[in-house]
Amino acid sequence: MITRLLLRTLLCVPLLAHGSEVKVHEKVLSNGLKILLKEDHRSPVVVSQVWYKVGSSYEPNGITGISHMLEHMMFKGTDDYPMGEFSRIIAENGGDENAFTGEDYTAYFQTLEKSRLEVSFKLESDRMRNLHLLPDELKKELEVVTEERRMRTDDQPREKMNELFRAMAFTNSPYKNPVIGWPSDIAAYKVEDLQAWYQRWYAPNNATLVVVGDIDPQATFALAESYFGKLQPSEIKPLKPQTDMEQRGVRKMTVKAAAKLPYILMGYKVPSLKTAQNETDAYALEVLAGVLDGGSSARLTKDLIRGQQIASSVDAGYNLSSRLDDLFILEGTPADGKSVLDLEQALKVQVKNLQTNLVSADELQRIKAQVLANKIYERDSNFYQGMLLGIFETVGLNWQKQEEYVSKVNQITAEQIREVARKYLIEDHLNVAYLDPQPTTEDPKASPITGGRHAH
Amino acid sequence: MRINFKLTQQQDCQSFKGLAVLKTALLSLCVLFAFSFTTQAAAKIEQWTTTKGARVFYVQTQGLPLVDIQISFDAGSARDGAQKGIAALTSDLLKSSAGSWSTDEIARRFESVGARFDSETNAETGSLEVRSLTEPALLKKTLETLQVVLTKPQFNPADFQREKNQTLATIKQREESPAELADLAFDTAVFGNHPYASPTAGYLKTVSDLKAQDLKQFYQRYYVAANAMIVIVGDLDKQQAQQTAEQLLQGLPVGEKPAALPDVKMPEKASVQKINFPSSQTHVLVGLPGMSRTDPDFFPLYVGNHILGGSGLVSKLFDEVREKRGLAYSAYSYFAPMVKQGAFTIGLQTKNEQTEQALKVLNDTVNDFINNGITEAELSAAKKNITGGFVMRFDTNNKLADYVTRIGFYNLPLDYLDTFPQKVEAVTAEQVKEAFKRRVVPALFQTVTLGGSAAKK
Repeated sequence: MITRLLLRTLLCVPLLAHGSEVKVHEKVLSNGLKILLKEDHRSPVVVSQVWYKVGSSYEPNGITGISHMLEHMMFKGTDDYPMGEFSRIIAENGGDENAFTGEDYTAYFQTLEKSRLEVSFKLESDRMRNLHLLPDELKKELEVVTEERRMRTDDQPREKMNELFRAMAFTNSPYKNPVIGWPSDIAAYKVEDLQAWYQRWYAPNNATLVVVGDIDPQATFALAESYFGKLQPSEIKPLKPQTDMEQRGVRKMTVKAAAKLPYILMGYKVPSLKTAQNETDAYALEVLAGVLDGGSSARLTKDLIRGQQIASSVDAGYNLSSRLDDLFILEGTPADGKSVLDLEQALKVQVKNLQTNLVSADELQRIKAQVLANKIYERDSNFYQGMLLGIFETVGLNWQKQEEYVSKVNQITAEQIREVARKYLIEDHLNVAYLDPQPTTEDPKASPITGGRHAH
Repeated sequence: MRINFKLTQQQDCQSFKGLAVLKTALLSLCVLFAFSFTTQAAAKIEQWTTTKGARVFYVQTQGLPLVDIQISFDAGSARDGAQKGIAALTSDLLKSSAGSWSTDEIARRFESVGARFDSETNAETGSLEVRSLTEPALLKKTLETLQVVLTKPQFNPADFQREKNQTLATIKQREESPAELADLAFDTAVFGNHPYASPTAGYLKTVSDLKAQDLKQFYQRYYVAANAMIVIVGDLDKQQAQQTAEQLLQGLPVGEKPAALPDVKMPEKASVQKINFPSSQTHVLVGLPGMSRTDPDFFPLYVGNHILGGSGLVSKLFDEVREKRGLAYSAYSYFAPMVKQGAFTIGLQTKNEQTEQALKVLNDTVNDFINNGITEAELSAAKKNITGGFVMRFDTNNKLADYVTRIGFYNLPLDYLDTFPQKVEAVTAEQVKEAFKRRVVPALFQTVTLGGSAAKK
């Protein structure tokens, strides 16, 4: 009874969401640059993002991490704007900026008060084609990236395990390489490598400009064209497929690291929305992830943290928007007194349950309510909306797929969830890594404090 | 999907809680340093007091059918007393069984209407936060649940034991992280015996000793109307906001506000701690008690720090440590203003072998800044950056709600947002130099280095 009432209430929400859905304006310049604009007039601000179709999954062995290295070097100046000018000008205009690299993309962004948008176009169009790559700057920046790697990976036991885990799980897919690159590759980059990488991928016909905020679409198109329109396109050679070899049998590894708690990471090979033969499979995996981990009422928290108290933390994860086949992740920390094997067993029981029984109507209702609400919540952030458009476009899904998301998820049935659980969450395609905590030689110990009033 | 950033800068992490699709990628976006002071402005804040004496701060926003509600209490870990960790564990238990509902049922009630609910603790506040759609039937269920969670927590033994075990696991995991261990040592050095010194989660020993009854007493003492403030930002009209505030506190005793916290004492002299840890990098933290949120030196120190180490990639520290020498991925400084003086922190992390070199660059840069002050050009650039981007600091419902909570909690004037840019504009180079010289005293710096053996020396 309660459920039925709720469902009726919720039926109003998609209408409401749909009614206020904001249109995306698209234009492709003659040099191939795609421009996506979305209006949001709640605040006089804009975010401008330039997305390049290049990331660690584009990299051959020997130069892994070079996309990320190039991203750092993109702040090192051009003829018109020497070293330091880019960031100085953005700062002077009250802007925030940053850049990030993933497996399937490299992106640069500025957030600005709306009247300053031109500054972003001026600077981004310049460094798209005119970057200086200097040996001395590379030498310093190599050190910076190496420090970044130490901080993010080397000194973090779980991150370290995750890196080795992906290297085991994938045979020949470039997803086996870390975004930041292997240490010996980072140490050996040459300016020529970066120059070649820049020439190969940084061109208007390999990029998408996304602007979200308080804009007038026509004026913004014109402004963008005046800066980006004059850039020459390049010939972009298609990527080799590098489709991963089919996995034949479970793979397991142990990683020893100085740590205090054990940890388990499991991953099943799964298709993404881009690679699935049948798109429904990807959406069903998405909903399946929600059944397991879509909040505190979802199964993993309810059953494993609270009910059986086998885990002190546990998560499921699926990347719908990967460019290549990826992993459906289950991971967690066993509760005190439980082992990684106990937790592995409990997670497999969860999988078995999904393969055997249909998900309840209540759970499906909950997930769909969350998806609808999230669709509205996400519009509170221009940056996030821009990210969604940029990622979808850059992995080759086309941004329109983003707009289908809610309706596609809504159509997923309990039967389809069971079907993808049976089809993809199979033992032969499973990878497992166990973190084996090693004593930290001696517990962290302070030398006597010299001076100060807090000697103790 | 893993992402690496070029820079360490503050991000709008709040907005990434969304879709499961992007969870992994977007959460990693938030592995950044939230150090620069976040402000915002120019929203019409209305304020009143509920019949029970709780202060309400309300901003009507339009355009999206959602509302953010934050109920905050002066019940952060600064109120722990000797029972370190009690505030955080009490707050954790507010996500568990309440009224006649089990923890499972409460989670289901929120999530079945797409609401997001969380309870949070920091040094100063314990808070309940919810984001909901404003569609009446959905919001009604969210508010009913929130009211029960706030006013009728059970603190039953099973919930208590489970949450306590989870906290103990979190504390153990902290021991794996050089960054967190360095922070712990630094806070202890800077704050001494002051309540700000201890970590919010507490320590293994103190949390192990806690009993469910202790939490219940803490809750009864601090989670009372006189100690509460409610922030409502969203697409509700004023009458709805008034009703919401009254409804949420129904059944909550009036109680009383706790006494003011003691002042933070300055250390008597400098100290240096070198802590061994099996990591490839050494984390370096240098600083001392800084300023309070209502400090008379707030603006000169804030603007000055922006130039020294608060403006990401154009700051002096970033330039000297990273851009010129490639010694670290991040180098920064920040004031963390609190009710009393929060810490002023300067930090970086570098490979063990070059710790001394990096520490010297850090100290030289800071000393130069204190002794020589800033140029007019630097001041002007900083002002342009702060005021030119000021509007971006409150450009989402989420950010606005957070900021209104700050205004309420620190008793800042309601027009604080509107006057902030003028106050920044009014700062002079001489004021910056004078304020730094007086407040940031290297002879009192507390220094912590934590890392591998090369750091020992």
